Amino acid sequence: MAAQNFRHALFCAIVTLIIAYPILGLNLEARGIDITLTGADTFTVVMVFIAAVVVFAFQLFRDGIMETFKSLPGLRSGGAHKEPMAENRRARIESWVITGIVVLALFWPFFVSRGSVDLATLVLIYVILALGLNVVVGLAGLLDLGYVAFYAVGAYTFALLSEYLGVSFWLALPIGALLAALFGLVLGFPVLRLRGDYLAIVTLGFGEIIRILLNNWTSLTGGPNGIGGIPDPTLFGMEFGRRVKEEGNVSFHETFGIAYAGEHKVIFLYLIALVLAVFTALVIRRFMRMPVGRAWEALREDEIAARSLGMSRTAVKLSAFTIGAFFAGFAGTVFASKQGFISPESFVFLESAIILAIVVLGGMGSQIGVILAAVAVTILPELAREFSEYRMLIFGAAMVLMMVWRPQGLMPMRRIHIELKGQE
Amino acid sequence: MLEVKNLSMRFGGLLAVDQVSLDVQEHEIVSIIGPNGAGKTTVFNCISGFYKPSGGQILFEGKEIQGKPDFRISRLGMVRTFQHVRLFGNMTVVENLLVAQHRHLNTNLIAGLLKTPDYREREKKSLERARYWLDRVGLLDLANREAGNLAYGQQRRLEIARCMVTEPKLLMLDEPAAGLNPAETRELDQLIVSLKEDYNVSVLLIEHDMSLVMGISDRITVINQGRPLASGKPEDIRENEDVIKAYLGEA
Repeated sequence: MAAQNFRHALFCAIVTLIIAYPILGLNLEARGIDITLTGADTFTVVMVFIAAVVVFAFQLFRDGIMETFKSLPGLRSGGAHKEPMAENRRARIESWVITGIVVLALFWPFFVSRGSVDLATLVLIYVILALGLNVVVGLAGLLDLGYVAFYAVGAYTFALLSEYLGVSFWLALPIGALLAALFGLVLGFPVLRLRGDYLAIVTLGFGEIIRILLNNWTSLTGGPNGIGGIPDPTLFGMEFGRRVKEEGNVSFHETFGIAYAGEHKVIFLYLIALVLAVFTALVIRRFMRMPVGRAWEALREDEIAARSLGMSRTAVKLSAFTIGAFFAGFAGTVFASKQGFISPESFVFLESAIILAIVVLGGMGSQIGVILAAVAVTILPELAREFSEYRMLIFGAAMVLMMVWRPQGLMPMRRIHIELKGQE
Repeated sequence: MLEVKNLSMRFGGLLAVDQVSLDVQEHEIVSIIGPNGAGKTTVFNCISGFYKPSGGQILFEGKEIQGKPDFRISRLGMVRTFQHVRLFGNMTVVENLLVAQHRHLNTNLIAGLLKTPDYREREKKSLERARYWLDRVGLLDLANREAGNLAYGQQRRLEIARCMVTEPKLLMLDEPAAGLNPAETRELDQLIVSLKEDYNVSVLLIEHDMSLVMGISDRITVINQGRPLASGKPEDIRENEDVIKAYLGEA
């Protein structure tokens, strides 16, 4: 046993060295037209060796360490069965806490820096996206790798409408969402008879097609140059810029007789995103209790049984796909307005992967989990700016650790049961 | 009510069902029996639309239904159970029954979001229907448990209840007594008879348990190696030489 552990540990340490040294320890430098290979400084080499030693030690005493981790409270999932009474109280406390957080979130931007509010807006956009994808992946069990396509449709709808027709944010918001939903419907129809891996591949393809289309249709979308000058949202016709851009509009600061401040616009966008995120969460939460939500789950659990009960597979899956796309359209419109400029670069596959990672990390089907994960995945890279080169590495490591310790996600889905009153 | 004429089903070179004909009249329990691998479940799958038959005709209330998608056939009022219990294990017992009533509910998304009176009314009705059937199959006390945690016999009964809430005209049961003990089988026996007597449902049954089949069937069709072997009243089938041969082998 011990000998085997030792051999295993030694092997792991050597692998660490072999992988880490060339990546971290060797540099390719361009001098003129030649490329020379230089070794790293002593510090890096020492660090690589220390890393190898750590790996060696961890693997040697792995069993003991894992035991300690297992005995830590909190890492284990709670008891399998809870009393119905406690469940009720918990739900009530939960709803109070959530209401509190939303109220806090409403007032919070007035006390912090512009950068934080901007970041928070981005977080909320990801929350909307993740909640939408959660319907498709978590509830209906359809692996969609091209979700970003619908996000792009929403964003480009607003950008194009404003560029060519001068449509405002508030009109573009529902149009963008509906158009994204329409795309979901049209794309979903042929692909949803596929299952599992096949569906994943086809949706991946569709996601790329949309992006490449946007890239190449230069006459309409401007191709890789993107579209700029996307207007900010207005509050009942009041603009947030220093000067009014459109004829007939008034500006916000003049109406209220306050000094102009760039923050107003940022905070306003943040509040719009917050309202939309809350709206998304509430609507999807209702869907989950409605017949359509039960149908998603039933079809995910046992497709054959669901069909034998008269459920149309295509209709049920399509509804999930369309609703997911709808909310992506929402997020896209807000994103376009926030950035003021969009290009196909913003809608690459990595974006789909991140949103999917959020859903998986948060716990498939669990709204609170997904929201927490969206916050974590968006904010952590910003906090760890110094490690930006290792961002993907940390991200990957976090995913692996999650899968080992908590494969069900941060906060696994607790089903909203419908209870038959007066029983038990 | 249900009429199957010369049904054939071919999988590649294998003729799993060959020229099988049977019919179910209203208010009747018809059983399909036969040795293992005779093609009974394949016949079921063809009738319920899970397979597209390669030949023959299936008429339900005078209309051709062969080759129609499964969910459409089910909506006509022909609901089946499966040889292996297929419940939605993560859902509670009562939710299983609500899912089954999908068709009776207001599935309009807007109506659900706004909780219109019609939506609520239907939701309430379906809960009542679920309660009624749970009471009927003796699972009312377990209504809020997860379906996957029920005992096997209870799962079987829940599966039947789940079919019944859809208000079918014809109930198709694929080996409902498999894995049940004698006492449970007797209960099932009574339940099936009462479905026919009290709720005017016709039943098409696949079963191995001979005492159950002989006791409740109005007519029996025997299939052997995909071919129809005999058809008639239970007492005729019991005496039929071919059937005895197929089951016991040639002496």
